[in-house]
Order: sequence, then C-alpha cells, then structure tokens
Amino acid sequence: MTRTLAVVTAGLRSPSSTRLLADRLTEAVVRAVREHGQEVVVEVVDLREHAHDLTNMMLTGFASRGLQDAIGTVTGADGVIAVTPIFSGSYGGLFKTFFDVVDDGSLAGTPVLIGATAGSARHSLALDHAVRPLFAYLRSVVVPTAVFAATEDFGRATGSTTTDTEPMAVRIDRAARELAALVVAREQDRRTGGPGTLTVSFEDLLSGQ
Amino acid sequence: MQFGIFSVGDVTMDPTTGRTPTEAERIQAMVAIALKAEEVGLDVFASGEHHNPPFVPSSPTTLLGFIAARTERIVLSTATTLITTNDPVKIAEDYAMLQHLADGRVDLMMGRGNTGPVYPWFGQDIRNGIALAVENYALLHRLWREDVVDWEGRFRTPLQSFTSTPRPLDGVAPFVWHGSIRSPEIAEQAAYYGDGFFHNNIFWPIEHTQQMVRLYRQRFEHYGHGSADQAIVGLGGQVFMRKSSQEAKREFRPYFDNAPVYGHGPSMEDFTAQTPLTVGSPQEVIDRYATMRDHVGDYQRQLFLMDHAGLPLTTVLEQIEILGEEVVPVLRKELAVGRPAHVPDAPTHTARVAAAGGSRTSGITAVDDVTGVSPEHAQVTR
Repeated sequence: MTRTLAVVTAGLRSPSSTRLLADRLTEAVVRAVREHGQEVVVEVVDLREHAHDLTNMMLTGFASRGLQDAIGTVTGADGVIAVTPIFSGSYGGLFKTFFDVVDDGSLAGTPVLIGATAGSARHSLALDHAVRPLFAYLRSVVVPTAVFAATEDFGRATGSTTTDTEPMAVRIDRAARELAALVVAREQDRRTGGPGTLTVSFEDLLSGQ
Repeated sequence: MQFGIFSVGDVTMDPTTGRTPTEAERIQAMVAIALKAEEVGLDVFASGEHHNPPFVPSSPTTLLGFIAARTERIVLSTATTLITTNDPVKIAEDYAMLQHLADGRVDLMMGRGNTGPVYPWFGQDIRNGIALAVENYALLHRLWREDVVDWEGRFRTPLQSFTSTPRPLDGVAPFVWHGSIRSPEIAEQAAYYGDGFFHNNIFWPIEHTQQMVRLYRQRFEHYGHGSADQAIVGLGGQVFMRKSSQEAKREFRPYFDNAPVYGHGPSMEDFTAQTPLTVGSPQEVIDRYATMRDHVGDYQRQLFLMDHAGLPLTTVLEQIEILGEEVVPVLRKELAVGRPAHVPDAPTHTARVAAAGGSRTSGITAVDDVTGVSPEHAQVTR
C-alpha cells in the first residue's frame, strides 16, 4: 500500500533551516512508514513559492491553480509534516495564512507532525502554545512529540547525552514513529467525493435534518 | 439566450479623481444604466440587494418598479434577493406586485448574502444560512402556487389559511434562479425545483464554475425536469472595452488596482487570466465569451457587471453601448450556431404562461378571507 505524505514548510529563505528540519523529519517518517511494510510518496509544499498567491487568495477568495494544487496535496494526504519558523513568539504569518485558506474541516482527522525553528531554544514552547492549538482548531490529530530546532541543535552530535535536552535526532525519530503509526492506520476510502458533493439528501435538508 | 447587466449598487470613489458619488447620484445612475441597457437591446437588468453602506439598493422592488414604469421590454431581475434574511411572505407579495406592474417582465435570483451582520440585524444567524435558504424558499414556492397555505417551520411564525396577494400574474409564478458560488446545496435546490442556476463566476476560475454547473445539470436530470443540457444556466461576466486592447488596459487599470474585492491583490493580467474579467477590444470580449459554453454547455443568461470600482456613469453608459451594439449582436449569432434545438431559451413570462396552458386567474379575490364572505354571498344575506 502506498501512502501520501505532504510536507508544508514555511521558511522564508532559500536555503532555509526550516526546510532543513522538514527534510530531516521527512526522511525519518519515510523510514518509519517503510518499517510498517508500506510505501510512501512525499510531496513538499514550500509556502515561499505561494506567498503572493496566498495574499491574493486572502483578498479575492479564490486560489490560483498552483495554490489550489498545493492545498489539494495537503488536504488529500494521509499525513502532514508542518514546519514553521517562530517569529514574535508564534508561527510565521505565511504559515498561518496557508492554514487560514484551507477549507473548514478539510484537515479534520489528518495526522500531523509539527516542527519549528528559531534562533534559540527560548522559543521552543511556541510549538505547544501556538502551533498545536492551531491544529486543534483544524481538528487534526497532532502527534505528541513536536520537534523544535534551535540554531545550536544543528551542531549537536547524534546520541549525545551531555546536555539536559535530548539531541534532535532522537526527537525526530520518536516524532516520526508516532506519525508513521497513524499514517499506516489511516482508512483508505475516507473522502466523500471532493468539493461539489452533497453529503445529505435534499429531502433531508427540506425537512430540517 | 439573454444578455444583460447586473449591478451591485456600490458607492465607490473614482480613484482617478478622488470623487465619491452621493447616494442620490448612484441611485439615479442605476436607473440610467437600466434605461441604457434597454435602449441598446440588452435583455435583462438585475439589481443587487444590500443592507449596509456603501451600497444603495436596499429596496429592489422600489427601484425595479420605477424602472418598469420607464421601460417596455427589458426583463427586471435581482442579483441577488436575500432568501435568508427577508421574510419569504414579503418576497412573495413584493415580487408578485412587481410582476403585475411590470406586465410579467420580472424574475428573481435567490442568494444567501455573505455580509455577516445583516443576519443578526434581521433577526437571523448566518450559521443557519443554508437551512434558511431551503426553508424560506420552500415556503415562497408554495405561496406562489397554492392559493391558501397552511405552513409551519423553524424560522418564521406559522401561517394558517394564508393567501399571499396579489396572486402571481396569469397564475404563473415569477421564474426563479438560485445563485451560489460554492455551495452544492444550492445547486441541488435549483435542480430539485427545476429552477435556474446562476453561477456568479466573476471572481472564480472557469474550472470551478464548470464543476458547480455540472453538478446542477446532473441533479436537474436526476429530478426529472429534462436532460442535463436542458437545465437553465446563467453566468456572470465582467468586461471593459475600448477600440484597442492597450487603450482599454490603460484606462481600466487604476480602477482595477483600487477596486473593492480584488484591488491591491493580483495583477490585472493574472486576474484576467484566472477569471472572466476581460479588458480589451470588443473582439477580445467576443472571443472570450463565445467560449464559455465550451465549459458549462449551452446556457440561457449572461449578465455583465459594468458599473463598479468607481467608474463614472458616462464611462459605464459608453461601455453598455459598446456591449449592446458591438458585442452582444455577434455573440447572439455565434452562440446560436450549433445550439441543439432541445436546449431551451431563457424562461420568459409569456413562454411560461403558454407552457402552463394559458393564463389562469385565481378566484381567490372573490372571497374576503377575513370575514369569509364572498360578494355574492354578502348580497344574499343582506
């Protein structure tokens, strides 16, 4: 069975440490899904490429074709990795804008692994105080381990136990296993036929059901 | 195939002069636009309904009644009538009255309205938008077809032995379109009743319009009103024309860049590529709108938004002249080519009366429904 994994990354520069973290998480999730005996196809949505279209959609109400495809990739995936830089104590505006324009309910039940980057570890709680509640609103299923990477984390050795925090590789691996377990268990025929499909009969609507 | 104008009725500053028209000027401008539309041979004038500034048309039947008195041929319609926050009884009464005064030149387009506070201002809740549209229209539909209605629902006080007066002209209700951009429930509603479906696609890519129209057509056939290609479809449109493409773009750009809704967003070039907005020569407009049926099938009504973004009245009237004299005659010819004979024309009152087997006058006026006494009976007992 082949699963789809969408990776949303909201780094503003290229190359970006947010993208770097997203790539590390992706590798780990792909590995973990394969350990379950399933295949996985990865689609990366780099929000930087859609920044203008996102603003336009906020103003006009409709998505350009490229943005529509990106939204479809994310809402149709079996699992999502969502990584944002932390700015002013919370997710970046570009990251929030993307999740503001997806249809209500379209990410309900979707397993999500959240990650964030910032200059220092002092911003790490933004993941649990800002990013996690955003996905609670979207009714997504966020895995317990969220992965935060401060700049200094990129210099720590795998398996190091010399500091009071677990090294990034250990957290990445744990988060990836948590997401993979949800992704492989996801029911296959969960979609209702896409937009333009009625979920109740008109007779039910008429009788006020 | 009908062609016409629909107006939102917004009072918007002209970004090239900094001048904002008064409400009085804007209301008179809407009348002038409707008269011009008839003069240049267009078929429909439709007014929006709004209950908040900067919009003037809060009372569409007053406006349309006035226009009816000053025109002879053009069909008067709405874009849209708020089926959610208006009392369906009052819609039944107001539009039946207008239908009589306009000698049948009336139809309506139902819409939910997307201005949040209008709902509470009229005692409703926007979260019930779809449910209101479904229940209110079900009542309106009966009020125009049954002389005496007993009714009970969720949103309105019950009715016992209620007769909506005047009864529809010739016993035939005004034709109804249901406008929706993205709610499948409304496409379904239009299909259920065999009413028209209008997709106001002016801010939407054609692929989306195609999807909604396809749903409506399939369901129209499902409910047994005819084959899918006989369903009654209307589309919105938006154009600005000058002799040359360059002239049109130069003159319209400041209006585009500052327009409510899309101004300060996408570039005019992106927006024209992604939506039906066409800024160019009359021939470019013809070429663009001649292809709409390739996406949605042969359709019945094409409305254009011309008076918006602060365009001065003189410019709007020029635009309507170009539309009526240079564009629509060609589109009429082109869209008639290859149109199957079984695809119906846009419904008109005359055609609907004929389809109903002729005029049927209700006898309801012979009875005073308060005293229950008919004139003849009153004489006998006296």
